[in-house]
Amino acid sequence: MASSVISSSPFVCKSSSSSSKKDLGFSSFTKSSQISIHRCQKKSISRKIVSVMAPQKDRSPGTTGSVKTGMTMTEKILARAAEKSLVVPGDNIWVNVDVLMTHDVCGPGAFGIFKREFGEKAKVWDPEKIVVIPDHYIFTADKRANRNVDIMREHCKEQNIKYFYDITDLGNFKANPDYKGVCHVALAQEGHCRPGEVLLGTDSHTCTAGAFGQFATGIGNTDAGFVLGTGKILLKVPPTMRFILDGEMPSYLQAKDLILQIIGEISVAGATYKTMEFSGTCIESLSMEERMTLCNMVVEAGGKNGVIPPDATTLNYVENRTSVPFEPVYSDGNASFVADYRFDVSKLEPVVAKPHSPDNRALARECKDVKIDRVYIGSCTGGKTEDFMAAAKLFHAAGKKVKVPTFLVPATQKVWMDVYALPVPGSGGKTCAQIFEEAGCDTPASPSCGACLGGPADTYARLNEPQVCVSTTNRNFPGRMGHKEGQIYLASPYTAAASALTGHVTDPREFLQ
Amino acid sequence: MAASLQSVNPTLSRNLSSPNNSSSFAPFRSPFLRFNSTTVASDFKPLVSFRNASSSSPFVTRSAAEPQERKTFHGLCYVVGDNIDTDQIIPAEFLTLVPSNPDEYEKLGSHALVGLPAAYKERFVQPGEMKTKYSIIIGGENFGCGSSREHAPVCLGAAGAKAVVAQSYARIFFRNSVATGEIYPLDSEVRVCDECKTGDVATIELREGDSILINHTTGKEYKLKAIGDAGPVIDAGGIFAYARKAGMIPSAAP
Repeated sequence: MASSVISSSPFVCKSSSSSSKKDLGFSSFTKSSQISIHRCQKKSISRKIVSVMAPQKDRSPGTTGSVKTGMTMTEKILARAAEKSLVVPGDNIWVNVDVLMTHDVCGPGAFGIFKREFGEKAKVWDPEKIVVIPDHYIFTADKRANRNVDIMREHCKEQNIKYFYDITDLGNFKANPDYKGVCHVALAQEGHCRPGEVLLGTDSHTCTAGAFGQFATGIGNTDAGFVLGTGKILLKVPPTMRFILDGEMPSYLQAKDLILQIIGEISVAGATYKTMEFSGTCIESLSMEERMTLCNMVVEAGGKNGVIPPDATTLNYVENRTSVPFEPVYSDGNASFVADYRFDVSKLEPVVAKPHSPDNRALARECKDVKIDRVYIGSCTGGKTEDFMAAAKLFHAAGKKVKVPTFLVPATQKVWMDVYALPVPGSGGKTCAQIFEEAGCDTPASPSCGACLGGPADTYARLNEPQVCVSTTNRNFPGRMGHKEGQIYLASPYTAAASALTGHVTDPREFLQ
Repeated sequence: MAASLQSVNPTLSRNLSSPNNSSSFAPFRSPFLRFNSTTVASDFKPLVSFRNASSSSPFVTRSAAEPQERKTFHGLCYVVGDNIDTDQIIPAEFLTLVPSNPDEYEKLGSHALVGLPAAYKERFVQPGEMKTKYSIIIGGENFGCGSSREHAPVCLGAAGAKAVVAQSYARIFFRNSVATGEIYPLDSEVRVCDECKTGDVATIELREGDSILINHTTGKEYKLKAIGDAGPVIDAGGIFAYARKAGMIPSAAP
């Protein structure tokens, strides 16, 4: 196997504190491990032989001559999208975009810029590569919010946009056959996420789609306006941090616990301008929805994008939802990573992020004295079908009623239908909805982003008072869900459900073992 | 994606030379890695052909015509701490305002930094006002973290702020600042936010190679890091002006 020594590379970051090696089965080291790379390579579709290189003192490609440099998954995706054979971190390249997503909040601004810059009569670069998904401020009486959906309808009509998941009847979401709900979940469910592609969205959590082995990141209106007209974007190639998660996932642990663990480890700026690549036996055992949760919060660590190597699970999900051809890529055996983190997942415990930062990590069991006022289960992070299944499973196992108002907001129409139709394993055929009702939760609400980001004053479940909320959402900065003094504990669906039953922050093992 | 560019979009030319032709490896965000638009091939064909684009916008052109050898910002400082996220810069409830609408652009400015906790006794924009009296925002680590909403740098610019000097930035905020040209994002080398107070009078001088922040109230000077790869985009006046200069999209109509 080709060897590439990067221990003296300028890119290797300083090693993490050694104290972290002790208890939680977590260890990190600073050079890429040849053994762990094997795992990635096993799954690669093309078994290209990479030239053997003599160990190099530093990474400058100028000195390698004609020797081929290994690339990470992200580097490969971007190289291909820029029609180059090689890119290295730091390169500024123009990249072809496969899919551009926008929603009701940023869509009007993005199209406004597009028209201003390209002309009132300009046409978008490809009406089949743009997906418009109203989802943020939908079920509200706020006139401007409603107007923004109307504005998007006009643009889509004029530009002949193929994928516009419209909503016109705000009083009854079910009366809108096209309406989906939360953009990141809808993109996946509708088959717009494909391995190897470049997906951009006017939303920070666009990184969710990295779960499908593609480059996916959030951009602002101006960049989106530019992409609308040209189908290209200027990007700087990020270096990749590798996170290898091995071991068997405990029954009480979820992907949300994994990502909160990682963010707590590296901080909210730990991955700034970098790719977070996740692999390992634990990752391979995760469902697509769990992988989406993991990649969803990459932006909360400052990450540019998250990425998971596609495997049979990925292909099975994608091939059932799209017939558009795609070609996955995988990190080369001799690719360079700027950091390496390893986790033995079997040793991890449920965690929360305490107010007011996603990296303010604490063990759920150590917060059991924190009295809470409400629980919120929803959003792209924690409002998917499996998230509700998990919460229902815990409620059913406990057989008790919630002690605080428990708000449920399915991410999409499809999730809502699953909540009402799918039987929860081990419950004797009950649906999530039935279990939620028996537990005394609020009725599952109309699917949208809901109160994750506060929103207009009349948004369902908005934090309008300085209360304490355990939430399956993604951010807990001051004022995130509404009130500036609101206190938000980010948690997994299991932890959220357990907390609802006790009225305090609660480790789900109280009810699951 | 095996399809050729042309089959995807017939107006695209294949002669798209990348402006980045640096053949030597440079460290990440190095001040020495200049993204030089003059290296574009002279027979370069535009990305797409459109009829004349209107350019009546104040945003794109406002800094495009200014000479870039020396640039100065002067005014009062507003000091904030670490991890000021986009919800504090512009709470989500105001995102129904569309920034490309001039009237709503002004309204966004009036709400700039209104999400800061009550501990910030001095408000960035006085209640009832539309503009701020502070030209320079001084921040700590990870300024602008959180959402990709462009409303964040836009509202700061709309309120009248000219530059941010922070210890570090979240990448989407930094990128949006550069792409819109709304506010100049600068990196300090030390924790300037610990040494400056809201209301201090300051000057920022941007120069080729060494830029400085002078706090007239304390008498201290601070070196600012060179803007690096983003420089040419900011200097051009945002991503559209930059792309026009690089010949990737046609020039706007006069």
